[in-house]
Amino acid sequence: MLSKKEKELIADIWESLTPVAEDIGADALLRMFASYPGTKTYFSHLDISPRSAHLLSHGKKIVLAIAEGAQDIGQLTVTLAPLQTLHAYQLRIDPTNFKLFSHCMLVALACHMGEDFTPVAHAAMDKYLSAFAAVLSEKYR
Amino acid sequence: MVEWTECERATIKDIFAKLDYDSVGPAALSRCLIVYPWTQRYFGNFGNLYNAAAIMGNPNVAKHGTIILHGLDRGVKNMDNMKDTYAELSVLHSEKLHVDPDNFKLISDCLTIVVASRMGKAFTGEVQAALQKFLAVVVSSLGRQYH
Repeated sequence: MLSKKEKELIADIWESLTPVAEDIGADALLRMFASYPGTKTYFSHLDISPRSAHLLSHGKKIVLAIAEGAQDIGQLTVTLAPLQTLHAYQLRIDPTNFKLFSHCMLVALACHMGEDFTPVAHAAMDKYLSAFAAVLSEKYR
Repeated sequence: MVEWTECERATIKDIFAKLDYDSVGPAALSRCLIVYPWTQRYFGNFGNLYNAAAIMGNPNVAKHGTIILHGLDRGVKNMDNMKDTYAELSVLHSEKLHVDPDNFKLISDCLTIVVASRMGKAFTGEVQAALQKFLAVVVSSLGRQYH
């Protein structure tokens, strides 16, 4: 459950990250590929080497979607409806991978924000990313 | 037996050589108690854990955080025999402390995040992967004596 304060904190953090969406997104993806090589199987059709155009554009897409959701967390199901359909019927990424990506996103945030990634921010962000992943997999079955 | 590349060994030793145990240990444990509040169930006699500020200022948490990190140090010094290194601690956590082994992963994730925030850009994907592999072996060793 996210408190009003936590929702504001999350919205603020993601708004400040929008200008570096590409870098944060690509960083999180690369971390996931390094720690959990099985996740690479979903990207066999793309060039996911560091700084590749595919990696940067994909990282940007993901971060911008997360940032958009953060602006109105109460409306996640509405905001994510098209992405729900995409993930359920086309991409069909096993939802356990959302947890792996979320963890790597938290690590990327910690590296980027340093001390500013306080335990309170970390807790709020972990809750938000879990909620985001849950909504994303809602149409799977 | 766990296979470690030379690179992984060097990376792990390097990470821990640069860590301030008295700072990182308390930071990791307090973060775990804040981010995963249900873990507080094991620390009923630690005093005030009422909110984030209380947890971060709690001297018992700080002391215990440092103890945990010194425990990890044992693994760093015995990377080729972590199973035996942690056998006693595993029995302790199972028989005496009754800690659900799923919790080991939670604190290891929090430690990863703390190390990441301290190392910044130097905490690359490869460094993260090595640390996570190390911590996964510790977690597995700690869970081994449960039955």
